[in-house]
Amino acid sequence: MIKRLFVAALAALLAVLSWGAWAQDGPLRIEITEGVIEPLPIAVAPFLAEAGTAQALAADITAVVRADLEGSGLFRAISPNAFISPITSFDSPVQYADWKAINAQGLVTGTVSVSGGSITVQFRLFDVFSEVPLGEGLQFAGGGDAWRRLAHKVADEVYTRITGEGGYFDSRVVFVAETGPKDARQKRLAVMDYDGANVSYLTDSSTLVLAPRISNDGSQVLYTSYDTGVPRINLLDTRTLTRRPLSNQPDAMSFSPRFSPDGTTVLFSLSQGGNTDLYRQALSGGTPERLTQAPSIETAPGYSPDGSRIVFESDRSGSQQIYIMPAAGGEPQRISFGPGRYGSPVWSPRGDLIAFTKQNQGRFHIGVMRTDGSEERLLTASFLDEGPTWSPNGRVVMFTRETAGAGGAPALYSVDITGRNLKRVPTPGAASDPAWSPLLE
Amino acid sequence: MSRSILTLALVALVTLASCTDRFGGPVAGGAGVAGAGSPSDPASPAYFQQAVGDRVLFPVDESTLNAAARATLDQQAAWLRANGSYRATIEGHADEQGTREYNLALGARRASSAQQYLVSQGIAANRLSTVSFGKERPIELCSTESCYAQNRRAVTVLATGAGV
Repeated sequence: MIKRLFVAALAALLAVLSWGAWAQDGPLRIEITEGVIEPLPIAVAPFLAEAGTAQALAADITAVVRADLEGSGLFRAISPNAFISPITSFDSPVQYADWKAINAQGLVTGTVSVSGGSITVQFRLFDVFSEVPLGEGLQFAGGGDAWRRLAHKVADEVYTRITGEGGYFDSRVVFVAETGPKDARQKRLAVMDYDGANVSYLTDSSTLVLAPRISNDGSQVLYTSYDTGVPRINLLDTRTLTRRPLSNQPDAMSFSPRFSPDGTTVLFSLSQGGNTDLYRQALSGGTPERLTQAPSIETAPGYSPDGSRIVFESDRSGSQQIYIMPAAGGEPQRISFGPGRYGSPVWSPRGDLIAFTKQNQGRFHIGVMRTDGSEERLLTASFLDEGPTWSPNGRVVMFTRETAGAGGAPALYSVDITGRNLKRVPTPGAASDPAWSPLLE
Repeated sequence: MSRSILTLALVALVTLASCTDRFGGPVAGGAGVAGAGSPSDPASPAYFQQAVGDRVLFPVDESTLNAAARATLDQQAAWLRANGSYRATIEGHADEQGTREYNLALGARRASSAQQYLVSQGIAANRLSTVSFGKERPIELCSTESCYAQNRRAVTVLATGAGV
């Protein structure tokens, strides 16, 4: 009796899986909506090494592809222990029945070869139940130290073919690495792969640094530095690590910089006589142009992806709220109207949403709303969540979560814009203020 | 010779003071002297810090000065009038309950409030500079109002040397 009930429940669950999360009819496809509850089972066959020396590398690349897909929350990588017939040749016909039997909806196969200092990765994606390849086989090549990037590119391609949306795995995150006690925190700029690998440091901890922003081409980072004793905007070249203050900054506190989409202009806040307003300046120098003239706080500005509008926060209404104005300046429209305070707005790279920090009744939230302020959705809640940054495809936000108390420390977290798949992003120590790059070239 | 030894000793004292001072922070320029000297010497920075009171506190999300804050700043102004060789940097701070950028702006408001009050009491504006540390430099570490109240502050940090 109990067993029969269990079987019935299992059958019902399977029906939900089959019909609810992913369409069994037609081509393999995930529609990313709030309805995606069960990840799609996918088999990532161990990539074949074309020579003995590449064995370990092939295993590493396979592991990164699996981790990327699973980490997105949209896929479940089936354990290789369940595989019925191993893939022994990249070009042999796929035995679809063996993969259907373990309910693999998709199958990824690949090869890795090493020649001189260069790695080549080939892969194919198959729609198991339709028994067809999903797209052409593809090949990526790179230098020996680029193997993780090659794996991320494979995973991005798989993600894109199945979801119809751009990927986000081959990307980097600039952030602030923190050490020391809460009342004497030392901070330095760091950069890592989106998944926490390959951390390197861009500054030492001799001076307080805050809130880095990375340019769309990844070549430059704007950040706030106290190296002169007051907060000033600095510009760092990510290749040479050379740094310089932004030219022609007025003699006042400046902070909260952000690049224009074309990378030629910086928006920032300037505090003079206790009043903080928004300014714009060419990165190459030139005269700063004042964009707001109000006795209230105007800060955290950022452009829309097309550069035509600016989203920012202001307390002109009496509390911190989100506004949008034309990029040339002009009358701001308030878009946040819910209970509580709203800050650190960031425009989605898809253009459709604004991510923000919300503070209400002693709790902090990361949320998203449409650019007209409608459809506000809170994705997280904690003692202190703040500072969202968008994944390259506008599907995930990363942010800072800080714990309470004397031993409190910040860490990086990411969450889907559906509110699912909340997880900590691994960093070597405490970390804050992430800025997610676009997909790398 | 004796003069250079004296200078060295002074530098050592200043360095020590700025290293051990939890309340201050880096000053905008010149030599930080917060806490230097003997608290029993009314002309010493230590007296300013401890007897006069080097800080004023603010309610949540506010930068207006209450009666207690104005009384403290009145005494600071009197001390600065009597000790004309000192400059001061006023540091504005916020508690951790706010976003990073907003708290920088709020700290700037608080520092400016204190600065403007001191100027209104006759202190030359060019002796006073301001800096905001936002929520970056709390002095009390707990995450309850008792600590937050101490962290929402404007601290007047003395310095000597040429004006800014």
